[in-house]
Amino acid sequence: MRQQTAIAAKVFIQRDYTNGTVCQFQTKFPSELETRIEKQQFEETVRTLNNLYAEAEKLGSQSYIEGCLACLTAYTIFLCMETHYEKVLKKIAKYIQEQNDKIYAPRGLLLTDPIERGLRVIEVTIFEDRSLTR
Amino acid sequence: MMKNCEYQQIDPRALTVSPSSAQIHTVKKVQRLRRKWEVFPGKNRFLCDGRFILARQSGVLPLTLGLIIVTCCLFFAFDCPFLVEHLTVFIPVIGGMLFLFVTISLLRTSFTDPGILPRATPDEAADIEKQIDTSGSSTYRPPPRTKEILINQQVVKLKYCFTCKMFRPPRTSHCSLCDNCVERFDHHCPWVGNCVGKRNYRFFYSFIVSLSFLTSFIFGCVITHITLRYQAGKSILQAIQESPASVVELVICFFSIWSILGLSGFHTYLVASNLTTNEDIKGSWSSKRGTEDSGNPYSYNSIITNCCATLCGPMPPSLIDRRGFLPPDEAGPAASTSEIELPPFAAKNGTHMCTQSTKDVLERMVHSSEFQGLCPPGIPKTTPLGLEGSNTAAPSTEPLPSAGCSRHHACHSVVTPCPPFSRSSRRDSLHSINPAFRLASPSPSLSHTTLILGDAPDMGFILPREHPLTTGEDEES
Repeated sequence: MRQQTAIAAKVFIQRDYTNGTVCQFQTKFPSELETRIEKQQFEETVRTLNNLYAEAEKLGSQSYIEGCLACLTAYTIFLCMETHYEKVLKKIAKYIQEQNDKIYAPRGLLLTDPIERGLRVIEVTIFEDRSLTR
Repeated sequence: MMKNCEYQQIDPRALTVSPSSAQIHTVKKVQRLRRKWEVFPGKNRFLCDGRFILARQSGVLPLTLGLIIVTCCLFFAFDCPFLVEHLTVFIPVIGGMLFLFVTISLLRTSFTDPGILPRATPDEAADIEKQIDTSGSSTYRPPPRTKEILINQQVVKLKYCFTCKMFRPPRTSHCSLCDNCVERFDHHCPWVGNCVGKRNYRFFYSFIVSLSFLTSFIFGCVITHITLRYQAGKSILQAIQESPASVVELVICFFSIWSILGLSGFHTYLVASNLTTNEDIKGSWSSKRGTEDSGNPYSYNSIITNCCATLCGPMPPSLIDRRGFLPPDEAGPAASTSEIELPPFAAKNGTHMCTQSTKDVLERMVHSSEFQGLCPPGIPKTTPLGLEGSNTAAPSTEPLPSAGCSRHHACHSVVTPCPPFSRSSRRDSLHSINPAFRLASPSPSLSHTTLILGDAPDMGFILPREHPLTTGEDEES
C-alpha cells in the first residue's frame, strides 16, 4: 500500500496519565487532522477507545475472581483461558477495524491499533490526498 | 539511496548465481518469515520459538532452582519416611504441594515478560524529537529531557529514555541489565534471572511467600524429626548421625528463612502501599519533600484495594508480541526519519561508502562458502548514532549499559541472514569486509547505528540493522 499511496504525515496521540497508569489517550484534537475529519468524530473515537481500555483494566469482581482463581491454580489457568484483558483487546481491535473501514479510510486516514505500538500512542497515518495532486 | 536498499535482506544461503537486482528481489521472497523475537533489541533470551523470555544473564537462577530441588529431595527422602511413620501422612503431601507451587511460581517469574515496553518506532521518535527540539538541528546529543505531568493532582516527572527513544510512562524504568524499559519496574532479581515488573510481580510475590512457607515448613519438620529421635532415648549427636541429611536441610533453611521472610515482609508492605522497590529505594513519595508533594499518587489509600489491585488485578498482555511475524522487509525510504538522528556528514559518507562496499561484498559473498558462518549474529542495541553519549552519560537513574557489555554474546542462536547495510558509520574509511573482525574488535563506547526502517508500521521497535561486512563494531558499546 505504501508504494501506491504516499504517506503525507503521521500524527501520534499520546497517552494521558492524569488518572494514573491506566491506559488512556489524550482527547485533544491534533491540528494536522483539522482538514480531514470532524473534531467531534475523532474525539468520539478516542473516547470510546478510552472507555474500552478502562473496561479492560477495571478492578471489579470479575478481575478479582480471575486473579484468585489463577493464584490457586498456580497460574496455570492462563494456559487454557483467555484473560479478560485479552478479550477486551480483541474487541478494541474489531472496533478500530470498523472505524477505519467506515470513517477513516474514506477520508484518507488510518488508525493503528495502539497495541502494535506498545500501548504508547494511537498512530494516525495521513495519506496524501490524491484528488488535490491531480 | 533507494538503490542501496535493494541490497537488503540477501540470504546468502539462497544465492547461487551472481547477484543482480532482479534475482535479489526474488530471493527475498524465498526467505523464511522471521518472528519478532529474533530481532528483539533488548538483552533477552528466548526459548521455544519465542514462547518464553528470560534475561540474558540468568544470574543465579540455576542455583535457586538447585537449592530448592535439593532441599526438597533430601526432605522427601530422609525426613518424610520417619515423620509419616510417627506423625501423619499429610506431611509429604503438604510439602509436595508447597514445592510444586514454589517451582511453578519461580518458573513463571523467570520466563514471563515482566512488562517490557517495545521501543519507539522511528516515526514516533521523530515526532517526539520534533516536539521537544524546536530550536533546529540537533547534531549532538541534547541534554536529558524530562516532562512534568500531573497525576492525581501530583507533579510527576517523566524522563526521556535515550535507548528506547520515548518518554517513559510513569513507574517505568529502564533496566540496564536487560536493556529494556519495564513497566512498573520493581527490581532486577538475579535469583530469578529476570526483571520483576508489572506482569510478573504477582508471580514473584507468590514465589517468595510460598518459599517462606516451604522453608519454614521444612525447617519445622526437620526440627521435629530430630526432636522425636532425641526423645526416643538417643542423644542429639546420635540422632544427627542417623539422619545427616537433616543437618544439611537445617543449615540451608536456617539461612534462607531470614532473608526470605524478610523479603516477603518487605514486599507485603510494598504491595499494601502500592509501591515498587524502585520507588521505595529512591524515596520518590516520601514526605521529605514537604507535605504537599508527598503521597503516592498511585495508591488507592486502602490496604485491601492496593493488595487486590497489585496481586489480583487484570493481567495485562505482553506488549512485545514475541511470536508475531515480521513483515517482509521492504526497501524502506526511511531516510527522512533517520537523517534527523544522524549527523549529516556521517549519513552522506555512509551511504556512499556503503554502496561501494556492498558491491564488493556481494561479489565475495557469492564466492565465499563460509559466509554463513561468518555472518554476524546478534541483535545490537538500537541507540542511534546521534545519541552516542547516551551510554556514558545516562540521564536516568538506571545507568545505560556500560561500554563493556558483551556484544559478542548477543547471538540469540539464530543465524540471521545478513542484515542490510548500515546507513551510517563514523569510521567509513575502515570498512571491513571480514565480519569476523567485527566480533573480535573491542567495542568503544559508541552506540550502534540504528538503521531505521520506518516502513513497517507493525513493528513496535526500531529494527537495528547492521551491514554485516562493514564495521558494525565501531558502533558497538
